[in-house]
Amino acid sequence: MSKLRVSELTKVFGSRPKHALELMKQGRSRAEILEATGQLLAVAEVDLEIEEGELFVIMGLSGSGKSTVIRMLNRLIEPTAGTVELDGEHIDELDPAALRSVRQRKLSMVFQHFALFPHRTVGENAAYGLKVQGVEEDERRTRALEALETVGLGDRVDAYPNELSGGMQQRVGLARGLATKADIMLMDEPFSALDPLIRRDMQDLLATLQSELSRTIVFITHDLNEAMRLGDRICVLKDGRVVQVGTGPEIIANPADDYVADFVSDVDRSRVLTAEQTMRAVRRTFSPGDKPRTVLDWLDEQEFSGAYVVDRDKRILGVARDDRLASGLRSGATSIADLLTQDYATARHDTPLADLAGMAANSTVPIAVTDDTGQLFGVVPRARLLAALSSEEVEVDA
Amino acid sequence: MREITLAQNVLPELPIGDGAEAVIDWLTDRLGWLFTGIRGGVGGIVDVAEWLLTTPSPYVLIALFTLLAFVATRSWGLPLFTVLTFLLLESMGRFPEAMQTLALVLVATVLAVLIGIPLGIWAARNEKVSVAIKPVLDFMQTMPSFVYLLLAVVFFRIGRVPGVMSALIFAMPPAVRLTELGIRQVDKEVVEAANAFGARPREVLTGVQLPLARASIMAGVNQVIMLSLSMVVIAGLGGAPGLGATVVRAVTGMNIGMGIEGGIGVVILAIYLDRVTAAFGREGRGRRRSAAKASTDEASLSQSDDTDDSEGSDQATSDDRDRSISS
Repeated sequence: MSKLRVSELTKVFGSRPKHALELMKQGRSRAEILEATGQLLAVAEVDLEIEEGELFVIMGLSGSGKSTVIRMLNRLIEPTAGTVELDGEHIDELDPAALRSVRQRKLSMVFQHFALFPHRTVGENAAYGLKVQGVEEDERRTRALEALETVGLGDRVDAYPNELSGGMQQRVGLARGLATKADIMLMDEPFSALDPLIRRDMQDLLATLQSELSRTIVFITHDLNEAMRLGDRICVLKDGRVVQVGTGPEIIANPADDYVADFVSDVDRSRVLTAEQTMRAVRRTFSPGDKPRTVLDWLDEQEFSGAYVVDRDKRILGVARDDRLASGLRSGATSIADLLTQDYATARHDTPLADLAGMAANSTVPIAVTDDTGQLFGVVPRARLLAALSSEEVEVDA
Repeated sequence: MREITLAQNVLPELPIGDGAEAVIDWLTDRLGWLFTGIRGGVGGIVDVAEWLLTTPSPYVLIALFTLLAFVATRSWGLPLFTVLTFLLLESMGRFPEAMQTLALVLVATVLAVLIGIPLGIWAARNEKVSVAIKPVLDFMQTMPSFVYLLLAVVFFRIGRVPGVMSALIFAMPPAVRLTELGIRQVDKEVVEAANAFGARPREVLTGVQLPLARASIMAGVNQVIMLSLSMVVIAGLGGAPGLGATVVRAVTGMNIGMGIEGGIGVVILAIYLDRVTAAFGREGRGRRRSAAKASTDEASLSQSDDTDDSEGSDQATSDDRDRSISS
């Protein structure tokens, strides 16, 4: 069962949401509903299933409703309709005391502008969630220090937030979120307010932490590159509705509609797309016993200059190149076994395109894509690589 | 011209004044016990305050005031001012009157703050209260202070109590307004953060909102003090003792010397009270600034000097330090 399950979550801002909800059910757009009722449909029937240990990114432009969605998960904003289930418990039905208890134990949050308490020290900030839980002072301090050390701020416990840089302040925010060991960490555009270099550092820090801690994280961003770097899965929101949910490469390779396509057009594709999404099936491979003439004829026909030669298990033995084949024919070779060169590059299925680009530059045959056992299961021709790196859509064979 | 006369003839003359008088008569009739009770209670408090400020030797008091000035400002300017001006008061023979005035101011201020701050908190948390309270505060602040005094004398007879009560009403609005404003100005995200971690409403109020609204609330307290000082002086007309009475006597007797002495006394008290409370209002910031000084980082010092809100305050200085942490 999913860790966090959201179904038909809806928020209407305004005093008379009923009519707006009816129009929503009829599939009217946000603009139409605003026109007709004066009510703002911020989030419309969002369904999400978030798995344990997953870093789930909700992405959208400003006004897409992403901040509203994340605030409905811990009910900083009350949903108008729909349910939020955490470990099977209905968050939307809790009374205030039970809700506070869930917030204390199970849900922590990191904010866009850090939202640190300026009148408390870094240590007290990190310990805030524990203080609210009623944890003893000594234990609070130990655990807060522990959390601060994981974000690299162990030496600034007694500083005040305004003595720290933006990046360091957000580390404190992160430590505050980590200190309670809550099951789920909600992160509302946590790195958007930081300048690019620091943002990069923080993304790396989060990725490292996540690989060690495997928290369930719901992460909001408007930055697709950030979403692609961090997210196990990404949900794209537009005008309060879910447009697409999938892994980064899935979304880039198969955008659900023009909106998503437009969105992903300026992502750094070379970092997100991998060999697997770009490769095509191998047209034909040869075995060492084949005759040079056979191979040469085929190359001629295909206008290729080389072909892969594999053994019975489809492991690459080498490349049969046209010039070597021709000179082999002149010297009377009967099989291609002795004519092979090792002049080729291999990549694994998850190698990003950025790394393929370097390999493609000095290789006469398409890059070979192999799996864990070394079996050849596809190739990436240079033209295909260049097409994928440009913003045009790539056809995916797999 | 003609239209105005016409309007005057057409409009019925509403007997507001008569109505108000009737209401007040009714109040004094029916609620006499309440006014007597307030008179007794407030009178008792004022007596204690006055006793505390007039019994010790003036020199002891001057020493205490100077010490307080030093504690508040941590510098020599205000204490020096205090010694010189309060000795001047004593040498003019106006020190006892000044202390009587101070006693009234203190009592009025304490009462105004005790009522005003909770009202401000309520207004900050409840939109309806906020809307309802606004015109009342406007009324309280703009009604000429003499009118309060008139009413206070009707309800509480002459003396100290009407002085305190009229000052209380006249001076309370800033406490309410600036408390509400201060709480509303607390960064919304910071309040959200407290809620997101499961803080109880009371913890959010006392642990986050009030501490962060502190500067604004203290500015309100400062204004309450200044307004009640001005009202307490006017209350001299209603029989309240102190510098107000001195000034009234001087005015009615055309005694210029006495008038100037009384006036100078009020000015001295006003400056002293203003500087001391203003300094206490800044105290929170001062503490954090000195904490920043303790850290050797010059960049953080220059930042924390002029930014009190922490929010993303120092992007410019962030890069190098942040990198040194992560490397």
